[in-house]
Amino acid sequence: MTAAQPLNLRAIRAIVRRDLSIVRTNRAVLVPLAVLPLVFAVVFPTLGGLIARVDVPDGDLQRLLRTVQGWVFDGLPDGSGVQLAALLLGYLLPPLTLVIPLIVVMVLATDSVAGERERGTLEGLLLAPVSDRDLLVAKLLGALLPAVAINLGCALIYLTITDIAMWPVLGRPLLPHATWLVLVLVVAPSVSAAALALAVFVSARARSVQGAQQIASVTVLPLVFLVVGQFSGLLFLGPWQLVGVAAVLWVVTGGLVWLGSRSLRRDRLGPRLR
Amino acid sequence: MTGGGAIEIEALHRSFGDVRAINGVSLRIRAGEVVGLLGHNGAGKTTLVRLVAGLLSPTAGRVRVRGLDPVADGVAVRRLLGVLPTASFLDQRLSARRNLELAAELFGLPRAGLPDRIRRALREFDLAERAEDRVEGFSAGMRQRLALARVLLPGPEILLLDEPSAQLDPLAVRMVRQLIGQLSRDAGRTIVLCTHDLAEAQHLCDRVVVLDHGRVVEEGAPAELAARLAAGAVEVEVARADGPVARELLGRHAGAGPIRQVDGPGWADTVVLRNSSIGRSQLPGLVRALADAGVAVYGVRPYEPSLEEVYVALYTAREQVATAPNHAVGQP
Repeated sequence: MTAAQPLNLRAIRAIVRRDLSIVRTNRAVLVPLAVLPLVFAVVFPTLGGLIARVDVPDGDLQRLLRTVQGWVFDGLPDGSGVQLAALLLGYLLPPLTLVIPLIVVMVLATDSVAGERERGTLEGLLLAPVSDRDLLVAKLLGALLPAVAINLGCALIYLTITDIAMWPVLGRPLLPHATWLVLVLVVAPSVSAAALALAVFVSARARSVQGAQQIASVTVLPLVFLVVGQFSGLLFLGPWQLVGVAAVLWVVTGGLVWLGSRSLRRDRLGPRLR
Repeated sequence: MTGGGAIEIEALHRSFGDVRAINGVSLRIRAGEVVGLLGHNGAGKTTLVRLVAGLLSPTAGRVRVRGLDPVADGVAVRRLLGVLPTASFLDQRLSARRNLELAAELFGLPRAGLPDRIRRALREFDLAERAEDRVEGFSAGMRQRLALARVLLPGPEILLLDEPSAQLDPLAVRMVRQLIGQLSRDAGRTIVLCTHDLAEAQHLCDRVVVLDHGRVVEEGAPAELAARLAAGAVEVEVARADGPVARELLGRHAGAGPIRQVDGPGWADTVVLRNSSIGRSQLPGLVRALADAGVAVYGVRPYEPSLEEVYVALYTAREQVATAPNHAVGQP
């Protein structure tokens, strides 16, 4: 019966707004959400710009440059510093920035379900005439929308600072290129969605925010493999391969959302109320 | 009070693992009725409220709210209900006004006139001056008042109030009681009141239901329960000096029930003797015998126990049965 009803957009909007208001008042949540994007979007490209202006000494970094496929350096001026900066800013660091939406999603989603139970406000929400489905949608959107917004904002800052730093050296902008665009516009939302679905599923079952975050933090592991693979030269994914990764993540997300919808139901949450 | 069923509960069971929180409860609450749910902590009151609100599914049996199933038709049922849980469910980091605005959005109240409606609610519950303050800075009493304002804001038809006057100061308790009385009397709301405060239940409820270990062990109007416990009981007030003589004469006229001396204040020059098994037909003979013996009689009156006395007597009797050597485990 509930499935046939249209979405209660007013209630969904109210819950999302309320969740975001709560986050805005929580310094313990806000600080990591602010520091991480600052480091990834401002500090890294600034450092990259400095590297582009020096020669890379012989050693591990030179070996790294030799392991990278040649097409990465097509059209770049000679100079090990420029090549290393282009490699770092164009290909190695952007996957690392996926950590930003992932952390945002994890912090917000665990706070909005497990945190709600900890604060005792979950019962008030469950007593409202809002269906389980609308509640799930609100909880998903409440974490996903800020994550996507922060991801896009950071990407824009990263792109701007990178191009400001690299243009004088390259004579043209380094970003955006196809791999970076796919990463920001296709892979990042899929990573966020998968992490979000897992966080909601775990939070509905966890007793505390800390417990939920500990379990949900496993989502960082695939990202670590990706970044380590990139740095070691073992795994260097082009645009189409990244689209494939995103597709797999969306399938995983679908499964996790289905599991989450079974956990975030009143008859499952009710017995866990204080 | 009208005849329509607001809440109907039939052979309801709810278990949590091996624990039977609700164990075969059947109950019908009529529209406009004020029903008190009494019982110790863990008797099943909160579980019953959550089953009615659809936050829990029954293990067996059924619940209907205005004919609707709280699990299958949860949204429609919760639109009819105003539930005040035991623990504070307010958002501590939001202001009083934002808490009410959130409730209004969730319940889909019309936007036209909403600010006025919220302002009125804040004023009615004496919170207007703190409307923009975060709830985390409120006293327990203020939070409870705000919680009540939030529950009542959508104008629910049926109220489930789990210990509404807990943590309130005496003036606030009085205000809450007046409010409940007014909601029942003037607005014809159906009210289920979970409480430990028996004076409150006696004062407000048309009917009380006593729960113990998830079962209904007693049910009826407070006066009915009192009459059932103390049918034929009388109190005789005599001069303190005549107490022993009066006790002897009362013993001769009374049945098998014990005679209790109910101590008055230490300075009082009278004592009150109470017996619960004297028949009405024996009263004239008792009064004559007391007068013949020269006992100064200050009063002979039927004894009406308070709900608290009924409750204590009920539990004492159940504990005696439970600890009796031949008591079968699991019997009600």
